[in-house]
Amino acid sequence: MKTMDEKSKSAANEGVFNISSERKKGLKPNLKRINTKKLAELSVFTSVAMILSYVEALIPSVGIPGAKLGLANIAVIFILYRFGWREAAAVSLVRVLLVSLLFGSIPAMIYSIAGATLSLIVMVLLKRTDTFSSVGVSVAGGVSHNAGQIAVAAFMLGTKEIAYYMPVLIISGIIAGIIVGLCGAVLVKYVKY
Amino acid sequence: MADTIKIQTKTKKQKVIADVALIILLIAAAVGAYFFWLFSRDVGAYAVVYINGEEVARYPLAADTEVTFNTPDGSSFNTLVIRDGKADVTDAGCPDRICVNMRSISFEGETITCLPNRLVVKIEGGESPGVDLP
Repeated sequence: MKTMDEKSKSAANEGVFNISSERKKGLKPNLKRINTKKLAELSVFTSVAMILSYVEALIPSVGIPGAKLGLANIAVIFILYRFGWREAAAVSLVRVLLVSLLFGSIPAMIYSIAGATLSLIVMVLLKRTDTFSSVGVSVAGGVSHNAGQIAVAAFMLGTKEIAYYMPVLIISGIIAGIIVGLCGAVLVKYVKY
Repeated sequence: MADTIKIQTKTKKQKVIADVALIILLIAAAVGAYFFWLFSRDVGAYAVVYINGEEVARYPLAADTEVTFNTPDGSSFNTLVIRDGKADVTDAGCPDRICVNMRSISFEGETITCLPNRLVVKIEGGESPGVDLP
C-alpha cells in the first residue's frame, strides 16, 4: 500500500498525468476504470431522459404555468434504483446540460440545474433512509425540484412575491411525483436485460 | 435471498404508509403556505400597467375607470377596468385571451399578464410610489 502511494506520488511529481507511462510501470491508472457496458447503458438512459424532456415540451401546460410532469425524472428514478446515486447524478446533469443547450436558453438552464440538483439530493437522501417507496422518493423529488426553481427565480428576479406561487407548485409536484414514481417502480420491477 | 431482503428493508406496506404520510405532510404545508399568504398580503393602492416591461400608466384603485391599451404595433388591445377597488382585464384582442379569464386583482403584488401583447397589470402599494424595485 505504501509503495503504491510512493509510486503515485512520483508519478504526480512528473507533472503530467500519463496513463500510458503508468501502464508501463505496471500500475493501474489513477482513474477509476469505466465499465463499458455500464457506460453504454447509462448513455441509452441519458438519451431516453432527453427524449422524455422533449416529449414533455410538446405537451401543452395544463393551465398552471411552470407545472410540469418531469417525465425525465422517470429515467433518473430508474437509474437511482437500478445503479446508484452517482450514476443518477451523472445522467441527470448530462441530461439537463444537453437539453438546455439543444432546446433551451441559459436562464432556463440555471433553473433546470437548480431544480435537478436539489431534487436529486433530496431523492438520494430519502432513498438512503429506506423509509419510502419510489413513489415517496419521487414525490419529494418533484416538490423539491419546484422549490429549487422558485428559490433561484426569487434570487434572480429579486422578488419574494414569486414564493406565493409555491403552494400551487407543491401540489403539482406531488401529482407529478406520484405519476413518475409509479412509472419508475414499474420499470424497476419489469425491465430486465 | 428474498428473506434477507425482507429483514434488511421495511415492508412494502410500511413504505406505502410512509409515502402517504409524506404526501399528506406536503399537502398540509401547501395549504399552510396558502393561508399564510392569504392573511399576510396587503391591499394595494395602484394598478400599474407595463408594456414590454416599461411602465406606461398608473391608476389608483380607489377611482373607477376603464381604459384600453393598444399594443405598440396597433394590432391588438387590452381593456383594463377598475371597479370597486379591483382591477380586471375585461376584453382583449390577443388570441388566447388568458388575461381576460384571469381573476380581478386587488392585493399587492398580484398581476394579470397577457403574454401575446407583452402587457402586465400589477398591483402596487401606495406608501412609497416609485421606490419599488422594478
